[in-house]
This record gives sequence, C-alpha cells and structure tokens, in this order.
Amino acid sequence: MLHIKNLHAGIEEKGILKGINLEVKAGEVHAIMGPNGSGKSTLSSVIAGKEEYEVTEGEIFLNGENIEELGPEERAHEGVFLSFQYPVEIPGVSVTNFVKTAINETRKAKGLEEMPASEMLKKIREKAELLEIDRRFLSRSLNEGFSGGEKKRNEIFQMAMLEPKLAILDETDSGLDIDALRIVANGVNKLRSEDNAVIVITHYQRLLDYIVPDYVHVLHNGKIVKSGTKELALELEEKGYDWIKQEATI
Amino acid sequence: MELKDKLLSSFMVFEDRVNDQSKELNEIRNTAIKTFQQKGFPTKKDEDWKYTSLKSLLKHDYTISPQQESAIEFKDVKKYFIHDIDTYKIVFIDGKYSSFLSETTHDGIDVCLMSSALNKPKYKIIIDSYYNKAAKADLSLTSLNTAFASEGAYIHIPKNKVVEKPIQIVHFSTGNEVSVMLQPRNLIVVDENSHVQIIERHQSLTSNVVLTNSVTEVFANKRAIVDYYKVQNDNQEASLIDNTFISQKQSSNVSVHTFSFGGKLIRNNLQFFQKGERIDSTMKGITIIGDKQHVDHNTLVHHIEPNCESHQDYKGIFGDRSTGVFNGKVIVEKEAQKTNAFQANNNILVDDKATINTKPQLEIFADDVKCSHGCTIGQLDKDALFYLRSRGIPMKEAKALLMYAFANNVLESVKVNAIKTRINKLIAQKLGVNLGFDL
Repeated sequence: MLHIKNLHAGIEEKGILKGINLEVKAGEVHAIMGPNGSGKSTLSSVIAGKEEYEVTEGEIFLNGENIEELGPEERAHEGVFLSFQYPVEIPGVSVTNFVKTAINETRKAKGLEEMPASEMLKKIREKAELLEIDRRFLSRSLNEGFSGGEKKRNEIFQMAMLEPKLAILDETDSGLDIDALRIVANGVNKLRSEDNAVIVITHYQRLLDYIVPDYVHVLHNGKIVKSGTKELALELEEKGYDWIKQEATI
Repeated sequence: MELKDKLLSSFMVFEDRVNDQSKELNEIRNTAIKTFQQKGFPTKKDEDWKYTSLKSLLKHDYTISPQQESAIEFKDVKKYFIHDIDTYKIVFIDGKYSSFLSETTHDGIDVCLMSSALNKPKYKIIIDSYYNKAAKADLSLTSLNTAFASEGAYIHIPKNKVVEKPIQIVHFSTGNEVSVMLQPRNLIVVDENSHVQIIERHQSLTSNVVLTNSVTEVFANKRAIVDYYKVQNDNQEASLIDNTFISQKQSSNVSVHTFSFGGKLIRNNLQFFQKGERIDSTMKGITIIGDKQHVDHNTLVHHIEPNCESHQDYKGIFGDRSTGVFNGKVIVEKEAQKTNAFQANNNILVDDKATINTKPQLEIFADDVKCSHGCTIGQLDKDALFYLRSRGIPMKEAKALLMYAFANNVLESVKVNAIKTRINKLIAQKLGVNLGFDL
C-alpha cells in the first residue's frame, strides 16, 4: 500500500527527515513513536502532501504509484487520510456540509455522481452513532468552539465517512480523556479491514492498548532507528526514549 | 469642457425645467450648487479621498439629464430583483421612474416617488421637516446631488406599522447614452415603533459608462427599526458614489449591510447621527472584488447622546490588482457617556498586487465609554488550506470555502432570508465556484 524509500524532507533548507524507509501493507497497523522533535508530524504531513515541506531525496509510493507530484487533494482522492493533531476551525460551515463537500469532491474527482442525499444521510447517522456523536454536534460550525476531545472525535468521524485506504492518525490521543480515547479507538478498530491500513503516530503507549499495532517504529532525529512489534511500545513506555537515543548515536 | 463646468452650466437649464413649486426647495438647490461650485470634485489632496481618485471617472463626457425613455422587459432584469418573496418595488430606468416594473403603495404607508413628494402639497410637511436635513451641507458630491435631485425613492412609514414586505429600490441604466451620470435621491422616514426593510441596487445593463452619485437620507424616529441592504454588483464600467445619511432618534435601531461585489469604482459614504439615547447603529459590509476594481468604505458614527451603541464589521477579499479602502470614523461627544462603539475591519489579500488601505479614526471626548477597533490584513491561512485539501477538496473550492467562512459572520445579522440566500449565491458566483450545497 505505502512504500517510503530513503525519504529526506525538510522545511526552508532545514532537513527534518533524513532517510526514512517504511513499508505498510494493506490490513496492517503501524505505530510510529518517538520523542518530541523527532519528525513524526513532519512525516505525516509529507505523506499527506503538505506543500511547505520539500522532499529533497527519496520517494513515496502509494499502491505502486509515485505520489510526489500529487497535491494533497489528489492524495486524498487516492485514499490517504490524515487525522490532524490541530484541526482547523471553519466558521459558518457545518460538520455535515463539510463532510458532504469532501465526499462529493472526492467522487467528482473519480468521475462519479454526487452521493444521493438519502444515502449520505444514512451514512452520516450510522457513523455518528459509531463514534457516539450527538446529532446537534453535526450542525455546529466545523471545529469552532470544539473541545480538544470533540475535535479529535470529529476527525475520526470524517475518517469514517471518507473510508480511506491509508489513515494516518497524528497524535489523535492527545487531549482525549480515557472515555473519549476508548470511543475513538473503537471507531478506528471498527473501520479496520483487510483492504486498508493505519499509521498511528503517538508519543505515548496509551493509545496502543486500544489500537493494537502490528509493527512499532521509533523515529529519532529524522530516521527510523528501531522497529519491532507491539512489545517495543511497552519497552519504550517503561524505559523512555533515552536508551534509543544512545543506541542511535553509537 | 470640464465636467464641473458642464454641470454648472447644465444647472441653469435644469432649474428652469424642474420648475420647483416650493421656494424652500429652490433655495436648497441654489445653496447646494454654490457649495459644489466652491469645492468642486474631491481630489486625493482631501484627507477623506486620499486613496480614492475620481480622476479617471471625470474625464468622460457625461449626459447629465438623460431624456430618452426606454423600456425593459421584466424577464430580462428579473435576476436583479429579490424575486422569490413578495416586495414593494420602486424602479428607475436611466433615472426615470418605471411604473411598469414598480409596485408602489399608498395604502397606510407611502412607497412612491421623490418627484411626487417634492411637488405635491400633501407631502409638504414631511419634505419640510426632513428633506436635506440629514445630508451634510458641506460635502461637495452630496451638494451636487442636492442641486440636481429630482427623482428617487420616497418612503414614509407612519407610526406603529410593521411593513411586512421588504422594499426594493432598483436603478437600471440601459446604455442609451454613451456615458451617463445619474443622481438619484432617496428619502426614507420611519416614524415611531415602525419597522421597515429596504434593499437598494444600482445596475447597468450594458457596458457603457455610468457614474451614479446617489444620496439617501434615512430618519428613524423613536423605537423605529430600519434594516437597509445595499447590493453592489454592477458592471465593469459602472461606478457608484453612495452617500447615505442616517439620523436616529431615541431607542431606534438601524442597520446597513453593504455587499460590494462589482463595479469599476465604489465609494460608500455612510454616516450615522445618534440624536437620542439607547440608539443602536450597525454597519456591516462584505467586499469581494478583483480585476482593477476599487471599493472605498468611508463611515462615520457620531455618538451625541449617552447610552448608545454602534457596531461596525467590514470584511474584504481583494484579488488581482483590486484596491480597497476602509476609513472608519467614530466620534464620541462629551455628553455621550456609556457609549459602546465597536469597529472591525478584516481583509484578505488573495493576490500580491491587491491593496487595502485601512484606517480607524476614533475621536473620544467622553470618559466613561467602551470603544474598540481592530483591523487586520492577511492571506488565506496555509494550514487551513492544507486541512481542506487533505479532505479531498480541490484548491479552488478550498479557498472559496475559507473565504466564505471568513465573510460569514457578516451574513449572520441579515434578517431577510431571501437576501441571505441571494448573497450566499453571489459570493459563490464571485468566488467562481459552486459548492453544491446550501451553506
């Protein structure tokens, strides 16, 4: 599904990613952990196509296709979804209307008709229920005045509506209390299938109790310095990141 | 001949032709033309006109009083009306009243013509008490209008009337003349406890040159509520100088929303005078322009008495080489304690060559007041754009959505739903996209 080869990227001359190699197959869940400033959010932004970042070396393949030239919306049409750490507020545009626009623009790009209103409504109701979202919430302006937890839940709601092939959850656990974390994780797990893949970016092990990864990677100083299975996450929780940093510098 | 000289010599001919019945009106005209003669057209040397030049507009050889009658079919101009709700209409074609397109009334309220009001004895009391009483006498363009004023909308709502249907004032120009100068004059008097909603539009139907110098006086008596909407979405060769003066009495509430989406040059002079306590004045605007268009909002709120409020909120989106000006003056007199005055002007420059000049001016002589002002100039937020695009929304639509969101809170205070819907559509059209759903 996703194949990243020797990816170097940065912003304004400053290199942040320094040779990332990563392969994510359909049906898999990968966790990317690492200390602050290690490049986790940069990696997710670069995969999603944020233009402020410049790829200086290496390639990103999505389903065998090099996506370097694709804008963020085209990557979204190909099935990439990024759950933002800090979702943006859009006053005057309701959650429902926003989601409708996103779905219909994606369909348009694929040469499909707009989704019939009844089908849309049914889907919205279904996914809102899955994430225990109140109907009134859906008519509020997107992210405006939302609590941290509401924003994150809304991100996963959008993910549920858009049904991406590759979902990247960037620090989705930050700002969530334990109940919200459980709901969000439950939503993500329900959306998992043999055809899609999830990358969970997190600082802490907590979320991984709920969304159990197949692989765990540790990012440090722009490189994946260690990969393993879910036990690696537990080890990190116990020992912190210092030993990784030391190991990496040797 | 220079336009000023042409106007001055036309005035004598005009005066003979209109043959005013009242001596007072005749005096008003003569004083006004003298003021114009003395001051002439404003130039960039005038502080209030520093960023707006009329020079290119004044070089045309305008027809001052178009005589030719022309008819237009309703179906051809339907789209310029708010037509999905029932309204009164006062419609002019090249400055002449069109009875065919209009729907006036004298049933309990007067929604009719300035030409009648100025000449018929039954309106004399109102004309004597209100006409030219709010318009500032020392302004040259307003004086020019006053000198030549003969036609426009006359609206008088007696006390305790809630006018159910909004009133549309629409001025069409047909391009019968190569270039035409129009000077409509509107008078709106709303008595105690009455409520009226007005929509005003100037629309050129061809690409001929039009310069409109309009004056509107609005009087809101005690507890009156007036909601005024100006839709400015004219052709590329049409320019508008709108001079609107609003005089408010105790506990009245007047709002003016100005939607400036098109025209060559638009200058909005909007002045509020608060002559009583507990008055509420609201002025809001959305400006979305491109090409080399120019829109200038020049506002004044004069807080004269205590316990009053004013709210100003202007949003501007400027593309290409367009230019915008916002100059908002708030005067709080010494007696006007407990005044609440808010002013905001926020702008987005879409292209590098677009310009906005924004200047808040606060003159506060009272010591117990709450006044705030703020202006911002920015570009579309890159992170927000990325967010929308990452959801599959293409660049153009994403920008439109962000611009819509930016301008949105100005629409929230629009009380007539049909207008809100129309403005929404105009915004989408102006931004060149159809988002495919009801925002």
